[in-house]
Amino acid sequence: MQRAYPEKPEQVYFFGTCLIDLFYPEAGMAGIQLLEREGVKVVYPQQQSCCGQPAYNSGYDNEARKVAAAQIACLGEELPIVVPSASCADMFRHHYTDLFADTPLHKQALELAARTYELTEFLVHVCKIRLEDNGPAATVAIHNSCSAQRGTKTAQDAISLLRQMSNVAIVQQERASECCGFGGTFAVKAPDISNAMVQDKCDNLLATGANDLVSGDCGCLMNISGALEKRKDKLPAQHIASFIWERTQ
Amino acid sequence: MSRFEPATVNLEFDKRVDDALRDQELRANFRGAMDFLMGKRAAMFPDKEDLEALRSQGEAIRNRCLSQLPELLEQFEQRCTENGIQVHWAETSQEANAIILEIMHKHDATRMVKGKSMASEEIGLNHFLADHGVECLETDMGEYIVQLADETPSHIIMPAIHKNKQQIARLFNQKIDGMEYSEDVDRLIGIGRDVLRQKFFEAEVGLSGVNFAVAETGTLCLVENEGNGRMTTTIPPVHIALCGIEKVVESLQDIPPLLRLLTRSATGQAITTYFNMISGPRKPDEKDGPQEVHVVLLDNGRSRIYADKQLQETLRCIRCGACMNHCPVYTRIGGHAYGTTYPGPIGQVVSPQIWGLHTAGAITKACSLNGACGEACPVKIPLADLIRRLRYESNNDEPTTVPAPRGQGSLRKRSEAVTWKLWALLSRKPGLYKLALLLATRLRALTPKHIGPWTLYRSAPKPAARSLHELAAQRSQSNASSQEHGRNE
Ligand code: SF4
Repeated sequence: MQRAYPEKPEQVYFFGTCLIDLFYPEAGMAGIQLLEREGVKVVYPQQQSCCGQPAYNSGYDNEARKVAAAQIACLGEELPIVVPSASCADMFRHHYTDLFADTPLHKQALELAARTYELTEFLVHVCKIRLEDNGPAATVAIHNSCSAQRGTKTAQDAISLLRQMSNVAIVQQERASECCGFGGTFAVKAPDISNAMVQDKCDNLLATGANDLVSGDCGCLMNISGALEKRKDKLPAQHIASFIWERTQ
Repeated sequence: MSRFEPATVNLEFDKRVDDALRDQELRANFRGAMDFLMGKRAAMFPDKEDLEALRSQGEAIRNRCLSQLPELLEQFEQRCTENGIQVHWAETSQEANAIILEIMHKHDATRMVKGKSMASEEIGLNHFLADHGVECLETDMGEYIVQLADETPSHIIMPAIHKNKQQIARLFNQKIDGMEYSEDVDRLIGIGRDVLRQKFFEAEVGLSGVNFAVAETGTLCLVENEGNGRMTTTIPPVHIALCGIEKVVESLQDIPPLLRLLTRSATGQAITTYFNMISGPRKPDEKDGPQEVHVVLLDNGRSRIYADKQLQETLRCIRCGACMNHCPVYTRIGGHAYGTTYPGPIGQVVSPQIWGLHTAGAITKACSLNGACGEACPVKIPLADLIRRLRYESNNDEPTTVPAPRGQGSLRKRSEAVTWKLWALLSRKPGLYKLALLLATRLRALTPKHIGPWTLYRSAPKPAARSLHELAAQRSQSNASSQEHGRNE
């Protein structure tokens, strides 16, 4: 069922995510700039850190809960929350409510879930963004994270943004919907299985002949581009926000 | 691999995975087979909305039946008894084995033929009976192949899916008297059938599993393609059905939607060749069928699973195997790597609960929580959520749930727990967190080239020169001052 979307608000929170914060801040900035260009004022709470997902997925619920509570506290006002990562948005939308079930924070968790949006989702459905492509011709492979496909169900939104780019040809990789093998701590706790998965993903991506790889999740990007780099294969990878921002200047 | 030993699951898991990943032939066999099965299933469900509606229906039926499980089991027992089926209750696998052996003894039986039954693998029946002088022959072709190879099934629907044609040809050539080497599949199956056919007539007892047990009528339903299930349950004078207690459904009306989901999800078939419904032993005026029918209702940890509201979702499973077919991990390591009777996503959920986290909890780490399994599951079991929950229970050293899964907290590692405690401290104290960001960005030149297992196969990510925290703060400052500026002008 399609989610009901509000009118474009004046102001939103931006939740940067810890991976973007440290490794891909330009993706975060691109997201902020895209929103502001649409006339939405962006509030970036300096108290924010991580959604808590790494601990949650590893089965450290108590630790995840403490960190999650800190995020709830700094995203307290009734503003929409925009997250440039389906995986962290999914954590807010679906797992906080489980994490805080039977606790005093449950109501707040439900309320936070309701006003959380993944970035491409927000741009497409709330901002109803129209993009003008000023970039050179490009052939792009898109990797949708498992969270975008099955959690937030926003994979289509990334595609529809790319479709607005007149000079971009989208190429389809084989087994596009298959997990790249990141899975947060999975990549470290089951490194050999994760490797088998990411190697296949790299092969499938390279086989498309794309000259760019775009994804809405930096976890997948870090995994895939890290593996490509180790193999000394060249396929530049970017967060979709950076990709779009750069081409629409 | 000849025998499933619960004790080795956690201990040998990493090694098994390692071996499986190295075996290129095995990986090719699985990749090919899983692609094929995924394609077959997809073709059976062309309409997404129809599929969703059917899945919701399947989920609702299973939930309704589970919600009245104790009553339905009693009703099932009563109807069976009225139909002349003898009902036995087994709380543990030992009890189930003992009950089955006793039935064998009562009939001075030494030969058993078996239809495919994962529950009998679960309780280790073949080896138990062998130790007591009973010969047990698998009659499902796949099960027969793994039995010949002295292996266990690697899939719950297609037990020998890990083998290709050439491997089976070699196996038959070695193990069956007078069998030349042939890669002709029809010939291979034909030979297998000839061997089995004779055995059906010699066996005193036939044992089968159960797909659905109908409480309303006391009927045992069995889904199969080869006809061996029908032979097993019809020819020998005694038939024993081994049935997990969660398999009971309320009425015959519940069967059609579940059956549709089962066969389409499992093998991409609209319907199977055989659907057996057994409601009692041979009646005086009937020409065939066994003289005695027994049902062994197996608990083996299921009532413990039942007692937890979330974990109870495990029991909706109709054992179609779709979750493993769609699992990117299973596709790469195959069923044996898990080291338990039930592999793949459902195995990661069922096995640690049946055998305890201290015994089989480690297999929950072989999951990226990508959710492909839950998306394929015909009864919408949120497998990834349950796997995650069991990870939590493995670490949890403050028992909170009643009844806790066995082995709760047994996989907790001190070093790991401390790391997460530190992480939590850092991530909820903004001052500390920002200090860490500052250090990491300013010292980025010192980023180590090797960071644990990550850099075995990937280059190390390098922190940015400025964190998003810094960039965002700068931007809001310059926005503010340009506004200020604008106002002053
Ligand atoms: S968990 Fe779902 S998909 Fe897996 S075997 Fe059971 S019913 Fe089939």
